[in-house]
Amino acid sequence: MSEPKPASRWTLWLPLALFAGFVALVMVGLYRPADREVASAMIGKPLPEFALRAAAADRPGLSSADLADGKPRLLNIFASWCVPCAVEAPQLAALKDQGVEIAGVAIRDRPEDVAGFLARHGNPFSRIGADDRSIVQLGIGSSGVPETFVIDGQGTIRYQHIGEIRAEHLPLLRAKLKEAGL
Amino acid sequence: MIAEFGLAALWLAAALAALQLVAGALALTSRGAGLGAIVRPVAMVQGVLVAVSFAALVLLFAQTDLSVELVAANSHSMKPMIYKISGTWGNHEGSMLLWVMVMGLSGSFVAAVERRLPEPTMLATLAGQAFVSLGFYAFLLLSSNPFTRLSSPAIEGAGLNPLLQDPGLAFHPPPLYIGYVGLSVAFSFAIGALVTREVGPAFARAMRPWVLGAWIFLTLGIVAGSYWAYYELGWGGWWFWDPVENASLMPWLAATALLHSVSVLAARNALRAWTVMLGVVAFSMSMVGTFLVRSGILTSVHAFAVDPERGSFILGLLALNIGGALVLFGLRASSVTEGERFSATSREGALVFNNVMLSAILGIVLVGTLYPLLAESLGAKVSVGPPYFNPVGAIFAVPMLLVLAVGPLLRWRRDSLSRIKLQIAIPAVLLVGTLIWAASQSIGVLPALGLALSAALAVASLLPLRGRKLRQVKLPLWGMVTAHFGIAVALLGMASDAAFTTERLVAARPGDVVEVGPWQVKLQRIEPVAGPNWTALRGDLAVSYKGGAISELHPAARTFWAPANETNEAALKTRWNGQLYAVLGQQADGGRWQLRLWWKPFVPMIWYGGILIALGGLLALFGRLASDLKRLVARDKIAYRRARQGR
Repeated sequence: MSEPKPASRWTLWLPLALFAGFVALVMVGLYRPADREVASAMIGKPLPEFALRAAAADRPGLSSADLADGKPRLLNIFASWCVPCAVEAPQLAALKDQGVEIAGVAIRDRPEDVAGFLARHGNPFSRIGADDRSIVQLGIGSSGVPETFVIDGQGTIRYQHIGEIRAEHLPLLRAKLKEAGL
Repeated sequence: MIAEFGLAALWLAAALAALQLVAGALALTSRGAGLGAIVRPVAMVQGVLVAVSFAALVLLFAQTDLSVELVAANSHSMKPMIYKISGTWGNHEGSMLLWVMVMGLSGSFVAAVERRLPEPTMLATLAGQAFVSLGFYAFLLLSSNPFTRLSSPAIEGAGLNPLLQDPGLAFHPPPLYIGYVGLSVAFSFAIGALVTREVGPAFARAMRPWVLGAWIFLTLGIVAGSYWAYYELGWGGWWFWDPVENASLMPWLAATALLHSVSVLAARNALRAWTVMLGVVAFSMSMVGTFLVRSGILTSVHAFAVDPERGSFILGLLALNIGGALVLFGLRASSVTEGERFSATSREGALVFNNVMLSAILGIVLVGTLYPLLAESLGAKVSVGPPYFNPVGAIFAVPMLLVLAVGPLLRWRRDSLSRIKLQIAIPAVLLVGTLIWAASQSIGVLPALGLALSAALAVASLLPLRGRKLRQVKLPLWGMVTAHFGIAVALLGMASDAAFTTERLVAARPGDVVEVGPWQVKLQRIEPVAGPNWTALRGDLAVSYKGGAISELHPAARTFWAPANETNEAALKTRWNGQLYAVLGQQADGGRWQLRLWWKPFVPMIWYGGILIALGGLLALFGRLASDLKRLVARDKIAYRRARQGR
């Protein structure tokens, strides 16, 4: 191997072409930041099929069939190791007190941790599935904890709320539940 | 007054940068040749002015002048003095001012001391430096003015994120910026060389100390950042492939490649176009990294000043600087004549291989960092982590490290492996031996390869010293040996962390004893402690290694209240052969506490190795500077003698 001969003309422009590609890519990224707030592409789509074992001793596990029994409800993605999940606990409790049924999915969690979390922050859930490898989470288009989905009676995703539910989010969630038929 | 003074100095510095650019460019034409004389003085004054401007901002922060918007938004009168000062760059505007200050000072330093290059190349270089600086001055003055006054002074400042109130964290930006921005000099040299078609050993020698210096700072910055993440984040990991880590790794990889190719160019006048390209790429990676972090375009734990308008501005600067340099490269590189030839088995051949592999790893990191962005623009959300970076990086890192063991033993131009077969036999045996042993230990593929390569490299890196009188070994060779040995040391730490770490997660009651590896850990009690702006639950652990002397560890879970935040303060017990790492988790039921314990054999080697690598760079830098100085003195003597004879 000797030093390559003066490279052919077009290879000298290759770095520029790659850089142009980079600029194009980040421009797309830069001018679509709103994307982070826009809800998932899964809205209007049915839940994928799944069956999760119970994450807590006193509540049954969760399968996709449980969420298509004709009754609209919330699906809350949480984890005991997640601080914002503790922050939204009072809001979930308020929703439950108003008769909203809430199903939970605990992400990458241990039964004893889930139990401790529910003991500390209250348990608004009717069922809790354990999603040890985030499979269901990814399947429904969630990329973090906590997230909350409005599911209609047919098991179709109607709305996705990213981040913790704060008091000011409650009216919107109730409206979405109403739209879903509650 | 100080704020106005600082702002005036900044505007003046920007004006001088414009003058430096115009005069430097005109001086290259036949008509403007007379202007050449002012370029160096202008560059020096520009550097001084921007330093004065930065000093003014530091002073405003030190005095907590709350009539200045930036101070009011980021400082507080009750903060300790060191955090007042570090607050200067703990925000977007101040850190950009730090950036242009480092850039201006390096430009003025080059103008003051560099006399080896032909004057036109120097003029083009300084004009290039001015061009890049000018963009950042415009950015500061037009969209991020740090000296803006409030119409009425604030009563009290808003404070600084308590997490940033850590001495290590407060002072890590300046060295990193010196590393990032120091590479701008290599960039400008590359521009100067392309414009004047002067790519040769003199260019390489002029550029080398800058590359070395910036590279040393980058190395130290990365090592410190890695250790900070390790002890502060409480996950026991030392590298997370976070976009900001990648943003510091990419210029480092490019600078490492450049460091080696510049040596080939200096010693052998080969790899001309390639070295110029790397000179452009290294600083481009600094700018790309800064852009990715500042624009908030990638989600990262470091994202601050997320602002699309600023992002667009930096992107425009990037397009102008990097795009311009690459156009120049496309136009001129074909006329950069081919360098000296060499055979594949030679020092040059090994260095070319190292360069190609480093560039490949750089490409992998860049692709991995940008891929989530690409996926998002196509409508999917992904995150890219260790499962991608580790194995794909290893595909190129393993061959590179193998060649690294052999390359320094080869001669320049032409050599044969049979000449050095006896020397490489020892590392080869070690490599194979370790691999066989690892296979019997059920160690993963990558950690096993890491251990084997580390053992082989530790021996091989010392072989260039064989048969030499150690006292006569020149500093650059010591530097190379030290840095390469440092790689072996760091590799040992990384591989043994992956291969031998034992982890225990327990729910323990006070009084319980937990064993982790050779350690016995007794949870004595949990007690509340209060700090200035936090409260904490602190565990008292009595730990002993193999039943030996007992020492105490205090992992704590801190809760800050303004702004609310929880942090884990890990507790570490370091021995020569590893570290015990303890984290206190949440309270479990029945009076028990989660306790996470790791025994990480040899993990501190990662950072010791990193420090050795930087030390190697420092030795090489001193060696080069000393011989440059000697050459300069000798030349002056000759000139003096000639002048006397002529008289």
